[in-house]
Amino acid sequence: MGHYIDIIFRSIFLENMPLSFFLGMCTFLAISKQVKSAIGLGAAVLVIQIITTPINNFILNTVLKPGALSWLGQPNLDLTFLGLLTYIAIIAAVVQILEMVLDRFMPSLYNTLGIFLPLLTVNCAIFGATLFMVERDYTFGESVAYGFGAGGGFFLAVVALAGIRERLEYADPPAGLKGLGITFITTGLMAMAFMGLAGMEL
Amino acid sequence: MAETKYELLTRSIFKRNPIALLVLGVCSSLAVTGQMTTALVMAICVSLVVAFSSLTISIVRFQIPSTVRIGIQIMVIATMVILVDQFLKAFYFGLSKQLSIYVGLIITNCIVMGRAEGFAMSNPPIASFIDGIGNGLGYGFVLMFVSFFRELFGSGSLFGMQVLPLAGDGGWYIRNGLLVLPASAFFMIALLIWLMRTFDPSQQEK
Repeated sequence: MGHYIDIIFRSIFLENMPLSFFLGMCTFLAISKQVKSAIGLGAAVLVIQIITTPINNFILNTVLKPGALSWLGQPNLDLTFLGLLTYIAIIAAVVQILEMVLDRFMPSLYNTLGIFLPLLTVNCAIFGATLFMVERDYTFGESVAYGFGAGGGFFLAVVALAGIRERLEYADPPAGLKGLGITFITTGLMAMAFMGLAGMEL
Repeated sequence: MAETKYELLTRSIFKRNPIALLVLGVCSSLAVTGQMTTALVMAICVSLVVAFSSLTISIVRFQIPSTVRIGIQIMVIATMVILVDQFLKAFYFGLSKQLSIYVGLIITNCIVMGRAEGFAMSNPPIASFIDGIGNGLGYGFVLMFVSFFRELFGSGSLFGMQVLPLAGDGGWYIRNGLLVLPASAFFMIALLIWLMRTFDPSQQEK
């Protein structure tokens, strides 16, 4: 159990997706002007992350890995080169299905998350979590924990940045830094704050 | 299109830089700017992928039904990225280990999708190809700018060659630890944006 908590803690704080790997930056910067929409985006990322990382792990272990298809009489088949194509297709499919399910059964939630869902297919944070999972050879259980942690880290970071940006409206930076420039600097400062946790061990 | 081919190529470097003005493709790029070599390889990979995926999508643009166009674009891009990834793994294995997941992340790089959706779907193949190269150059320019300062002042070297002798090895230069950390990339980009927007006030936000 401690091992899983360690993975979650590590992926939320130490290996935070946007702040230490720069993943999901486009959506991170674009939809962090207001706390309310930031919460919607963060929640959507968290949900997709929890679903797609384990599914991709399952596919990797049962179809793509060398020898995984031996029950089909193909013990030497190595399909890992198809990995990138498979993962992105799975993510796109899950996003599409989730959109339809939410629309049908939970309209109120759909109205909150709905506009962010199509964006998430090309969100690097989600794809990045899958690729890290592959690179680190996580087991199925670990991939669930990692998906949760990676999504949670994104949620935390985007909501915190939105909170700061709402206040920044009242600040008076040089004309060239307004908007994007000052947001980058803020993000950099937040990344440094998160790095302060780096020495912690569970 | 009123723009000549030359304008198509150069406008993305300063006037319509994909990173500084449109906030596209920041995602996977910044983590590779710690060293100039990785930044250069990444810039080349992205340029190739953007150029050839734009070319392919532009050629088949009349055959793509608009309802599933995103899916088709992603598949084309993913195929290009797999080609690049396999090439790096076969011939430059060390580099491909260093870039780790960031080559794969070119698929979700918004520049590639943005050019496919915004330009290649409505323009002829040659123009799309040139536009792709131009955007790759604009992206590469930001990457090289950031990595130049990060590597020079962070570890005193350029392309892995020692330029400033480090104090630890008997030289005089004490390296700036902040620039080795990922956070410094944010500051460098902010400074670059500030610089570009000061010279071209039309890019400023109100």
